[in-house]
Amino acid sequence: MNHIANSMGMHRAHEPTLPARGTPIIEITDLRKEFGQVIALAGVSLTVRAGEVLCLLGDNGAGKSTLIKTLSGVHAPTTGAFMVDGEPARFRGPRDAQNAGIATVFQDLAMIPLMSITRNFFMGREPTKGMFPFRWVDYTACSTVTHDQMKKIGIDVRDPDQAVGTLSGGERQCVAIARAVYFGARVLILDEPTSALGVAQTSMVLKYISQVRAEGLAVIFITHNVRHAYAVGDAFTVLNRGKTLGTFRKNEIDMEQLQTLMAGGREMQSLSDELGGMV
Amino acid sequence: MSIDTTSGPLPGRSSPESPVSRDERLQTTGFLVRLMRRPELGAIGGLIIVGIFFLFTANSAMFTLNGGLTIMNPSAQLGIMAVAVSLLMIGGEFDLSIGSMVAFAGLVFGIFLLEWHFPLIIAVAATLVVAALVGAINGAVVQATRLPSFIVTLAFFFILRGLSLVGLKIVTGGTTQLRGFTEATADSVFTPLFSGFAFSGLFRRLADLGLIELLPDGTPAAPGIPIAVVWFVFFTALATWCLLKTKVGNWIFASGGDARAARNSGVPVDRVKMGLFILTACSAAFVGILTVMDAGSTDAMRGLQKEFQAVIAAVIGGCLLTGGYGSALGAFFGSIIFGIVSIGLSYTTFDSDWFQVFLGVMLLIAVIFNNHLRRKVTGER
Repeated sequence: MNHIANSMGMHRAHEPTLPARGTPIIEITDLRKEFGQVIALAGVSLTVRAGEVLCLLGDNGAGKSTLIKTLSGVHAPTTGAFMVDGEPARFRGPRDAQNAGIATVFQDLAMIPLMSITRNFFMGREPTKGMFPFRWVDYTACSTVTHDQMKKIGIDVRDPDQAVGTLSGGERQCVAIARAVYFGARVLILDEPTSALGVAQTSMVLKYISQVRAEGLAVIFITHNVRHAYAVGDAFTVLNRGKTLGTFRKNEIDMEQLQTLMAGGREMQSLSDELGGMV
Repeated sequence: MSIDTTSGPLPGRSSPESPVSRDERLQTTGFLVRLMRRPELGAIGGLIIVGIFFLFTANSAMFTLNGGLTIMNPSAQLGIMAVAVSLLMIGGEFDLSIGSMVAFAGLVFGIFLLEWHFPLIIAVAATLVVAALVGAINGAVVQATRLPSFIVTLAFFFILRGLSLVGLKIVTGGTTQLRGFTEATADSVFTPLFSGFAFSGLFRRLADLGLIELLPDGTPAAPGIPIAVVWFVFFTALATWCLLKTKVGNWIFASGGDARAARNSGVPVDRVKMGLFILTACSAAFVGILTVMDAGSTDAMRGLQKEFQAVIAAVIGGCLLTGGYGSALGAFFGSIIFGIVSIGLSYTTFDSDWFQVFLGVMLLIAVIFNNHLRRKVTGER
């Protein structure tokens, strides 16, 4: 079995070339996105570096989803610079972004509960063998790959043929991330990966995020939970009403300041005082 | 009946150093659990129960080779459709027009063969092309309107039946029956592919050796395997292989399981579903051709209620009405159960009209069982 698994690439299906830690992979400057009269992004600037977790913080309606969709090739920006590896990126669709190594794990995870972990893992990217019209998929080898990828991140699925529906929310999130990594992601965009999880599940996901960073990938971690962001983030970009309020390194800002910034500053502070500092 | 829902370890437990490994626990999922995961389990169980029932109630003639093949012929005529329907249902769609399609294909085949005097093989091919077009229209309307396929194909259920009636009256000048197929295909080399019996030489040799029963005149009681049965087995094997071993099979499961998630993962959901609609329509047309060749005539009432019976066979075979789960092999067994019950009652002292009651009860039990099984196997909460 091992020789099959090895020929499929044990760590990654497509080994990407990762730049040195700290090298900017994505740089966007003053990005604007308008839908007719609606200005969804009114000037966003951020830099995503290899081997770093950039946390994108913002309340509901701050423009997080528009920004993700722009980065993942769903929307084209109206104006502004969007550079990938120092060159202007022109994505015509999500496929282009994926080919550039930008993988997005959306909140719904693109996982199908009734299907096995293996079938989910390779969904849409099934490796085939043999000649047309007898092309087939070696699901035994696929199961071995899936099992090893899961084991690598510390989830011991005894049986990769079990349905995804049997996994916990945190495990599903990790499978979705592992899938993106396996298929050659250099930049991972994680859309609120911890928002629906309990404490133990959250720490499982956060631990995995820092593991991905250690491998040299760049991570954009979208959240509105400052505590989760602060636990793994290297840099924090706060988004408010379609604008970035700035990017801060971890040593430049503390959790409380981040919280205040994210909630729009003064109003939040007065509310917090009213409630006796409970927010 | 323990279901394996082992969850992952706590985050504190770190992964081992070596990423390449063959975990010995990979294969230790219990036999019972793996069995429970098979969607066709219910159908096999049902088959056993039905078999035992008839073993005690039916005349022993039912359990001879000839009796078995008598059961398999209607099973196959339904089953060829049921296998295609199971794929369509796994893909998350329905087709209620296939029963009418059987009659419509009979008419179209009759026009090509008897009116336009096409050679047999060309007439078959042309009929399948027409069926594929109807299937594509079904699929295109479903995809363009985003209406449930249930309602769109219900429209074609009436349209095709009506066209069969009107068309046959025009072609025959007033009746709804068209004859002359046997004569028209008598000298085609392709006729044995669509009518009669396969392996009749083998059966004769077995009869000569005294291994199978004989008629008083010395010919074998069973002249061979009905050709529909051969096609049925072939299509089931092909569909099962596609579903379990190919890329397209995974796409069918994904399209029916969650179309949006599948699309986001790069699965061409619309193309998959379109293909399934075409396949289902073609399977019905193929059954239409087989039954027409079998009887030597066609009439507008062919295939009545077949759409429901095919869905029932697929559901007994483990397909979920909501899509994303099921098995072609299950539909195979479901169709055989159907054949046993429909033919088997005439071997018993029961009134054969109990058949309908039996069918309804089977369906109800299967649906309840499937839902329960799904919740257990997938850990749905």
